[in-house]
This record gives sequence, C-alpha cells and structure tokens, in this order.
Amino acid sequence: MVMPVEIDIARVARLARIALSEEELVNYGRQLEHIVEYAEQVQALPTDGVPPTSHALPMTNAFRPDEVTPSLDREEILSQAPDSVDGYFRVPRILEQAVDDEGGDT
Amino acid sequence: MTDLADFTIGDAAAGLKGLEFSATELLEAVLKRASVSEAHLHAYLTLDRDGAFEAARRSDDSRSNGETPGPLDGIPIAVKDNMCTRGVETTCGSKILSGYLPPYDATTVRRLRGAGAVVLGKTNLDEFAMGSSTENSAFGPTRNPWDTDRVPGGSSGGSAAVVAVGSALGAFGSDTGGSIRQPAALCGVVGMKPTYGVVSRYGLIAFASSLDQIGPFGRTVADVATLLGAVAGFDINDATSYRGSPPDFAGSLESGVDGMRVGVVSELMGEGISSDVVAATRAMVDALEGAGASVVEISLPSIEYALSAYYLIAPAECSANLARFDGVRYGLRVDGATSDEMMSRTRAEGFGPEVIRRILLGTYALSAGYYDAFYGQAQRVRTLVTREFASAYEQVDVLVSPTSPTAAFAVGEKTTDPMDMYYSDVCTIPSNLTGHPAISLPVALDGGGLPIGFQVMAPALAEETLFRVAAEVERLAGFVQRPALATSEVVV
Repeated sequence: MVMPVEIDIARVARLARIALSEEELVNYGRQLEHIVEYAEQVQALPTDGVPPTSHALPMTNAFRPDEVTPSLDREEILSQAPDSVDGYFRVPRILEQAVDDEGGDT
Repeated sequence: MTDLADFTIGDAAAGLKGLEFSATELLEAVLKRASVSEAHLHAYLTLDRDGAFEAARRSDDSRSNGETPGPLDGIPIAVKDNMCTRGVETTCGSKILSGYLPPYDATTVRRLRGAGAVVLGKTNLDEFAMGSSTENSAFGPTRNPWDTDRVPGGSSGGSAAVVAVGSALGAFGSDTGGSIRQPAALCGVVGMKPTYGVVSRYGLIAFASSLDQIGPFGRTVADVATLLGAVAGFDINDATSYRGSPPDFAGSLESGVDGMRVGVVSELMGEGISSDVVAATRAMVDALEGAGASVVEISLPSIEYALSAYYLIAPAECSANLARFDGVRYGLRVDGATSDEMMSRTRAEGFGPEVIRRILLGTYALSAGYYDAFYGQAQRVRTLVTREFASAYEQVDVLVSPTSPTAAFAVGEKTTDPMDMYYSDVCTIPSNLTGHPAISLPVALDGGGLPIGFQVMAPALAEETLFRVAAEVERLAGFVQRPALATSEVVV
C-alpha cells in the first residue's frame, strides 16, 4: 500500500536556499523519500469534513492596546549582524537576479 | 554535612530563608558539582559565572535587608540554549548562531530573574531542538549521567542531565514532540510540558510554533510545580499566550488519587515498547489502583497516525521558521557574489544534517501541489487525535503511559536511520498535537540500572489534576536513586 515517492530534491533545496553538492542531494533525496513514504500513512485516515487544527486552544485574534513602547536598541541589534552600514543591515547585491517564482505555496 | 548541590529546590529555599546558608554558598556548591560532572557529561554550552555570582549576591543582599524571598530566590537554575539571554551567548546548538549575543531576555528568563533565581548557564541540545538524543548538537553530544556510553535523550538532554547530577537545582527546556519528557525519563528526573500557551514562547527560538512549549525539569514534582508557577501566565509579547489566569499548579499535591479515574493507553503498552518499560508502567498502574484510583484501558487508535502527522507538521513549520537564518541579521555569513548565493552557502554551512533534512522535508511538504495532501491532511489528523483524547477525558481524569519506548539507548545506536530516532517520541507526540499538559517522572530502574519514566497526561489547563496524580505516583514509586555522577568528588 506504500506508494513509491520521487522527489525533485534539487528543486526543493533551491526553494529552501541551501547549496548542496550532488552527493548530498542524492543522500538527502533518498532519506526524504523514505520519510515521506512513512508520513504518507496519514493519507490512509479518512478526514472528509474534518476541519484542520492549527492551534491547540481555540483562539482568534490577539489584540493589544495601541501604545508606543520602547523598542530594542538598534546598535545592540546591529552589533550582531555580519555586516551593517549607516544603521542598516548590508547584504551583497540582490538585483540582476533571476526572479524565482516557482516557490509559491498554495 | 549534606552537599548543597543535592538539595531539592524546596529544601534549598527553606535553608536560604532560615539563613542556614547563603545563595552564594549554594551557587559555589553547584558550580563545584558542575566542574566535576561536566568533564563526563558536556551538559552545559555556557556557564555564566559572573552573572550568576552577581545574582546570588543580590539575593543575599535582599535577604540580609530582611526582605522575604520568593520560592526561587537564590536558586541556581539552568536554561536550554534555545532561549534568549541578553548578552549571554545563545546558540541553539547550531554553528549558524555561534557567538550570537541576544539583545533581550526570553520572557521565561526575565521572569526567572524577576523571581530572584540565579540563571547560571545554558544547556546543550539537539540543534534547533531537532532530535531525541542531544547527539545533533554542533558543539558535541551530551552523555547520560547514569551511563556515559548512553544518550541523555533529547532534545533538552543538557537540562535533564544537569538536574540529574545537581549541577543546577532546576532547569527549563522546550518540548515540541517530547523534548522535555523523554530526556527527563532517560535521566531519571521529573520533566513537564504545560498546556500550550500557559508559558510564553517569546524569546524561545522557534522550531514548530504550533507545537513548541517551554517547561520545567526538577528532582521532585513539587519543585517542577514551583518552577512552572514562576514563569507561567499571559505575556503580551506572545500572540498565542493563554489569556486566562494560569491554573493552580501546586494546590492539590497532597490530595491523593482516591476516587480518581485513570486511563491506560492500550496502544502504548504493546508492540515497540520494551518489556521492562511495560512492566514498570503496569506496576505503577496497579499501585495507583491500590491507592484508590479506578483504572480502565483506553484505546486511542488515531495515535498510530500521530507520528506521521507530526513528521509533516513539525518540519513544515520548521522550514518556515528557520528561513530567518539567512546570514543577514545575526549569526554566520558565508560570502557569495549575490544575496541569493550568500544565503544558500550560509545555510548549507551553518545547519547540521538533521536540520537540513527537516527543512527540506518541510519545504517539500509545503510546496505547490503537495500542501493539502501533506500539511493539510496532517492538520486534519491532528483534529481527529484531539477529538479522540477529548472523548477519552469524558471517561477518565488522566491518561497514563510510558514516556519513552525504551530506557536510555547507546550513543550512535539510532543515528543511521532517521526513522529509528523519530520513533523515540511515539508516546510523547500526541500531547503536542493536542496541546495538552503531560509530565514524566521516574518510577523504577530497569535490569541494567537505567531509569524508566512514567507519563501522566491531562486535559487542557488541567495542570492541577496532572500534578495531583504525579505527586501520588512519586510517593508510590519512592524513587530516590541518583546517578553515580551526582557527586562533587572527582570521579576517575
């Protein structure tokens, strides 16, 4: 009853922004297929009309008073950044990059 | 004279109050214990000696000014290294956060400090709390105090180990699928996961947000109730924080179980559970019956699907939560020509194999075309598990089971096949899916001299009932054994 699973692991690694070698891709791909075959057991349970649970206690919106409160100290936060300039985080260039739009979750 | 490192929190608080010894002397005894045990265990990642002595001094000063100390004032407490401590390194057991100095305290840490507790260090864990053995730490594994060839359980293995040997009188961990209760069982201490939302998660570095919950470790049920009482309660900084008053934790510890209804979970008493563990669990159930409880067998067939659902939900949420580790705001950065290349290299270099495995699994389970079949279905199974527990609680006050299928396993025994390790959490995962409170406490040693944990589960916000039954289990078990490493003499 277990369906063999085939995962495009290179695509998954790209979506997750993890640079893996060919050998690592093969290993992780095999392990993931094994785990997913096990996890697929959840599909054996009929759940028609059952609502999903995302939280343990029933709660909707969490409101708080709209009041100004002190924020964390900017210098202290930036002191932990790998690179910063003029009060901002600094990163390598992000333009001229192919737009990757295949990662949209449903 | 008894070594102060062997005191329970209750006894130490009484001694401090009676001015029999100072918080500084207590801290010195505990640090001396750590200096001996750490060579064998590697349970701490960071010891904040300066901060701890300063807190102990403040506690002593307030006492000498005649102030009445609270139950944790001057008590040395350790916290798992996935909770932020301002200016004290917080790594999550990961290379990607090596050297990170948080700009704020987690709410749990802030409340501990506010209660006068001496936060003395950060304990080892499986990287980002993903694992059941504390072997996945980027800074090396923690060993089991009862047998250093074995694992302490995980992911809060460091917190369990320090309490077992007395290199802290209490500790906090986090429990996403059993990460407090399973190491408590394997190290022979008490560990408890409260109802989801009872303890703020602000400052807990997130793994799976709908499952994560902070909870205490102690040597006794009363100590654990005291620790929980100090940190529980609404926090505006956690949108999932429970808004009602916290339940009464310690109010019924002496009430016994006469007339209470106890359900034994059939599915967790058979296949896959070691015979020693089943026997010890059965013996405690009989003892509870002897103490006046009525016992029934309860079947929860959906438990069979709980593990599968968990290994879709937890990785899915982890893949979203760990997206924040991108080499921009904190932690490691590996250079690249573009931001995309920098991020991909940083994450490959900074995360260990189990974390990468779960991020990939979660990314796959959430990706277009698979979301409903995996994450959606797992969330519906979660509803079914919760409904089954709810109908069980119409018949019984608490459910009981083993905490872990086996006593402590050998280092390296379950690192080859990830599924082997995942099965370690089969008894604990259902409480995370339902969000209900659960506690593990030691009831016996197995044939090899290793502790066996007994789990009590209760409905949401029924902590008072949970602690009431746990206190009776503790009295009936009379478990007083300590590991040989609970000593301040140098062990060769």
